[in-house]
Amino acid sequence: MTSLTKQQEPPSGQAPVKAVPVRHPGRWVAAAVLLVLVAMLAHAVVFARIKRGNSLQTRFGWHVVGQYFLSRQILDGLVVTIELTAIAMAIGIVGGVILAVMRLSPNPIVRWIAWVYIWFFRGTPLLVQLLFWFNLSYVFPKLSIGIPFGPAFLHLNANTLITAFVAAIIGLGLNEAAYMAEIVRAGMLSVDEGQIEAAQSLGMSRLLTMRRVVLPQAMRVIIPPTGNETISMLKNTSLASVITVTELLYSVQIIYAATYQTVPMLIVASIWYIIVTTVLTTGQYYVERYFGRGSSRQQPPTPLQQLRRMFSSHPNVPPREPLEAMLLSGNRDASR
Amino acid sequence: MTAMIEAVDVHKRFGMVHVLKGIDLTVHSGEVMVIIGPSGSGKSTFLRCINHLEKIDAGTLSVDGELVGYRRRGDRIYELKDREVCRKRAEIGMVFQHFNLFPHMTVLDNIIEAPVRVRGQRRSEAAQNARRLLDRVGLGDKAESYPRQLSGGQQQRVAIARALAMEPKLMLFDEPTSALDPELVGDVLDVMQQLARDGMTMVVVTHEIGFAREVGNSLVFMDEGVVVEAGHPREVISNPKHDRTKAFLSKVL
Repeated sequence: MTSLTKQQEPPSGQAPVKAVPVRHPGRWVAAAVLLVLVAMLAHAVVFARIKRGNSLQTRFGWHVVGQYFLSRQILDGLVVTIELTAIAMAIGIVGGVILAVMRLSPNPIVRWIAWVYIWFFRGTPLLVQLLFWFNLSYVFPKLSIGIPFGPAFLHLNANTLITAFVAAIIGLGLNEAAYMAEIVRAGMLSVDEGQIEAAQSLGMSRLLTMRRVVLPQAMRVIIPPTGNETISMLKNTSLASVITVTELLYSVQIIYAATYQTVPMLIVASIWYIIVTTVLTTGQYYVERYFGRGSSRQQPPTPLQQLRRMFSSHPNVPPREPLEAMLLSGNRDASR
Repeated sequence: MTAMIEAVDVHKRFGMVHVLKGIDLTVHSGEVMVIIGPSGSGKSTFLRCINHLEKIDAGTLSVDGELVGYRRRGDRIYELKDREVCRKRAEIGMVFQHFNLFPHMTVLDNIIEAPVRVRGQRRSEAAQNARRLLDRVGLGDKAESYPRQLSGGQQQRVAIARALAMEPKLMLFDEPTSALDPELVGDVLDVMQQLARDGMTMVVVTHEIGFAREVGNSLVFMDEGVVVEAGHPREVISNPKHDRTKAFLSKVL
């Protein structure tokens, strides 16, 4: 009988200690109970059939999921979702950096304006903001460019300019900027004061120091929460369905409004969200690796390298570098 | 000899704390001045005033005949613009206790960053110069390493090379060996001694009395924000006049 705990290899050249290992009946019971529950759930989700109308169908309507999963409408919606995520995040990141720099500015008015912006956009619900931008033409029917309080050179009709898609981008992007600002600011504050002094003593200006010394180092702190924000953003784009942007959720809603296959269609959307999230998580890993250069003596292996190692035949696996082994076992601090 | 640094009655306060209480000092061109003193005596603060990392509150401080951080026009004094302050700082090299190398850049990139971005030198030219400087500090083979892959002593020598890449007329050392393991101190001091021999004007805040005796042209003992005693290093070390100097030297020697 194998044990549930990993067996430690005895140190080479020494006789292993012969002792009866401690029994852990509790672990076996817990594992058995959980496995039964998982089996029940899997059965209910995948295999069990119920009678709907004249036919026996799986509970979640998997045949419908399969039928629509790669359909034109769904894929178009997916593309819009990805576009919204990308553009809104881009606005959020650029806006966040600007706001963060403003909050650390020596000018009190600049600092105050950044603070008020963050206060407002974090203080109101995203959905309300989206609805507001969608209805902007009610407040500003005409948008004009000209001299403040003076004559205008260019008039634009807000209704044609602010489409649902544009409203969604503005709403999601400006809201994100407020959150990103705090993340970027935390990152910049994490950079050692000595770094700034060193740059200054070399004659580098405030802006150059920010761009070449502070921000690149702040990235190590900024990237992980930004990955989180991107994943949140991916799912927050579904709020744009409320203002009739045909992103993934709205595409699904259009279909089930006609076919009444609500649950299978929501499954379709969910699976796509999970797939994109997985891709983003992997991407985040590589970005972190890039900005982590110079931060530890040796970089941890990429997921691809780990995968290759897992599938390479066992006896031929070269012994791991001790540091790498420590990193893999999650014991990061031991390397310091 | 011309005066590189001239301090007259320099005062500095941090809030309620009076850190510098009237410093009068002259550092001549080509001179190596070593400043010693107990921690909290204001020696590091004075050093940081010289390249305007700290603003002085009273007195005058000038480098190479020009006020630090200000310009005199007629009988008025004007604060310098950020850009002018940067240009002045670029002419003064500074080496820190904790090296402060940029960890995200290779050794070579650390050294060429300021010559390329501040002085507008061509990359290839700056890199060539950087490799020459690395050879000079004995680290010719470390150009592509990242700072964290180096020992403390190696990092500090890179930091010296980085400061030298700007071809400064004056070098400030803020306890350059205090964060190093004892066996690594020698390498850094050797580089500094070489630099002194080449005629660089240097102000060195340190606890290395041996270095002060062998390399320094003058020694200043500071305590509680004032210069207690100054003179030729051998003279001051072997025959201190002031009780406070005696007490300090008996502890560090």
